[in-house]
Amino acid sequence: MKERTKLFYLIGLYLMAYFIPWSHPVIRQSGLEAFMMLQEYAREHVLTCLVPAFFIAGAIAVFVSQASVLKYFGAQAGKILSYSVASISGTILAVCSCTVLPLFAGIYTRGAGIGPATAFLYSGPAINVLAITLTAKILGWQLGLARAIGAVFFAVITGLLMAFIFRKDDAARTAGQIYVPDEEDSGRTLFQDGVFLLTMVLILVFAAFAKPAPGSTGLWPAIFAAKWYITVILLIALVWMVKAWFKKDERASWVESTWGFMKQIFPLLFGGVIVAGFLLGRPGHPALIPEQYIQTLVGGNSLWSNLFASVAGAFMYFATLTEVPILQGLIGSGMGKGPALALLLAGPALSLPNMLVIGGVMGAKKTFVFCSIIIVLSTFAGMIYGTIAG
Amino acid sequence: MDIKILGPGCPKCEQTVKIVNEAVTETGVDAKIEKVTGVMEIAGYGVFGTPAVVVDGEVKCVGKIPKKEDVKAWLKK
Repeated sequence: MKERTKLFYLIGLYLMAYFIPWSHPVIRQSGLEAFMMLQEYAREHVLTCLVPAFFIAGAIAVFVSQASVLKYFGAQAGKILSYSVASISGTILAVCSCTVLPLFAGIYTRGAGIGPATAFLYSGPAINVLAITLTAKILGWQLGLARAIGAVFFAVITGLLMAFIFRKDDAARTAGQIYVPDEEDSGRTLFQDGVFLLTMVLILVFAAFAKPAPGSTGLWPAIFAAKWYITVILLIALVWMVKAWFKKDERASWVESTWGFMKQIFPLLFGGVIVAGFLLGRPGHPALIPEQYIQTLVGGNSLWSNLFASVAGAFMYFATLTEVPILQGLIGSGMGKGPALALLLAGPALSLPNMLVIGGVMGAKKTFVFCSIIIVLSTFAGMIYGTIAG
Repeated sequence: MDIKILGPGCPKCEQTVKIVNEAVTETGVDAKIEKVTGVMEIAGYGVFGTPAVVVDGEVKCVGKIPKKEDVKAWLKK
């Protein structure tokens, strides 16, 4: 950071401290809401949802071979295969945008071409394990599922459309030598890696198991009553696997990469929750922005609401995972379910700074078409989801 | 010797820069270290994954932080 930038930040902070009417009741209420929301996250979501999800993300980053996936992005890879891999590989390749953009540029210029490149660029940020679990835990599993499915389908559709529209340019690309990360022999079978990841996912599912609606009978209340026993048994199994199957340095690099993600994402999420709480408040508790504004702009499920949510989401920058608390605040203040999905589908994949980088890679015209496709698709998906979910 | 470290500036890339710097100082090789942060420039090397290290035009490591011993081995050749 330049010294001058630091000075500007400091002046901005000073002016805020000086001029914001902190004694005004609305500001007081908003400030209180910010910390109430923070507490809600600390009590409800951090231990049972975020911490296990970080360990899963760490394990994926260290133990899942990226080389096995990346070879499907080469220029010679089969078309169907490269589109399918591009649309789902975000789960293992993309936890931060600093992997996504260089890889996108690589696939576009040297690899499988504009179709798979844009498919990957779109799906990557939306379907990583942290984003999906947090969405499902906080905004409800329906929205989490809709987000995951929407992202995968849109990735393929967007990729195919881009490849079709720009089929002439695509033929002129230069092919060249590509380098993918080395494949390392881990000494474990695919089955062992699979069981290991599955156990962690199950721990996450059971530890975060939501309390069923009062009065419901059958399987769900039984699972809820037993959830801590199941979680403990799974944890014991996990400890055994970690001891028996992994070498010492592998365990160390797993913890290291988990810690890396925590360091990177917790401060962003902390800021996101505070800002969302201050501006929007918890559901049922109004804060700075009056609820009727939000209801007018993105309430209900009209074409206008969905379009507005898509466009706003496309231009706004969401730091990793902060889209979740912001949406929670918006939904609590009266945003419709359709527009919420539209924002989730258009939001994390695109932002103004992101568009500039993408523009630098494939030019303004292609970037414009890419963003337009996503905005249109997100609007429609929002309308469909809003109709189904009511 | 000409060393290029490719990466858009994430924590892993910074760590790679640090390790390469240390390796160069410890071996005393005369090397020019350059950080490449432009996404298109990185793609120009054909690397699918960052951080990546390029020594004298040859891609040595892709998508992970190299170990210091490995970097020293590249410097000796």
